[in-house]
Amino acid sequence: MLRAGDFVVLAAGGTLVGALALWAWGGSRGDTAVIRAGGRIVQTATLTHAQRFSVAGPLGTTRIEVEPGRARVAADPSPRQLCVKQGWLTLAGQAALCLPNQVSLEIRGRHPTHDTLGY
Amino acid sequence: MTRSAIELPVTGEDRRIARLAALAIGLTLAEAAIPSPVPGVKPGLANIVVLLVLLQYGWRAAAWVSALRVLAGGLLLGTLFSPGFWLSAAGALTSLLVLGLARHLPGRHFGPVSVSVLAAFGHIGGQLALAGAWLLPAAALVKLAPLFAAAALVFGAVNGVIVARLLAAPATDRRQSAPCIPQ
Repeated sequence: MLRAGDFVVLAAGGTLVGALALWAWGGSRGDTAVIRAGGRIVQTATLTHAQRFSVAGPLGTTRIEVEPGRARVAADPSPRQLCVKQGWLTLAGQAALCLPNQVSLEIRGRHPTHDTLGY
Repeated sequence: MTRSAIELPVTGEDRRIARLAALAIGLTLAEAAIPSPVPGVKPGLANIVVLLVLLQYGWRAAAWVSALRVLAGGLLLGTLFSPGFWLSAAGALTSLLVLGLARHLPGRHFGPVSVSVLAAFGHIGGQLALAGAWLLPAAALVKLAPLFAAAALVFGAVNGVIVARLLAAPATDRRQSAPCIPQ
């Protein structure tokens, strides 16, 4: 029922699906964490070794943890804790914003990507 | 009063195309009832009919069946001229173009499965192209593209196997392809 060429077509189709998945879902892993307070960059850290930063904002101190390959907002005085609940950020373009305390953590990769999509 | 009657000559081929299109429309309706976790991922059962028609009666008949299927399917499902209808039409059109090219593949090495998989990729490619150009920003579709492509590969292969089995079945079992006898 299946002829030789059919297997070639199926294999090519499988390769195409795999390549599409890598291209669309892979996302580039970030290598730098950029920490801002009040819109100004206060700290830039490479995601190579564990580091901790404390950033002062209008409400208090935001603690940021950097580990190899990932970074997170560990503690923040904001009432809703949205940036803390985001957890670890790994992909280039991801960002955690602690708005009331005006602190943000952004992951950057080699190529700048969209941080969000609006339409 | 003179009796006026407009005679539209109906050939045997017309009847055959109508019957095969009716079969394709039936499958389209049945398929619309199947719940799908992701909108747009469907088995494409009507493509089995289109592929069978292509392999047995040629591209022109397949184009007729496909066009009638899209139009009547839109009428019956109430989606005529809606975005979904145009997506369906774009998919059917690119799929037909791919079928036109793919049927010239050497038959010794490439069976219905190849043609079906290629047509399925053409189908989803046409739909994604129209959706990207018209309905959704391309960046949002990029995330869904692998899913659609995987569905095209799986359902294209399954439909191709079904077509290969139908073609290999004894002629007495193939009533849809029996010569049409006008009553």
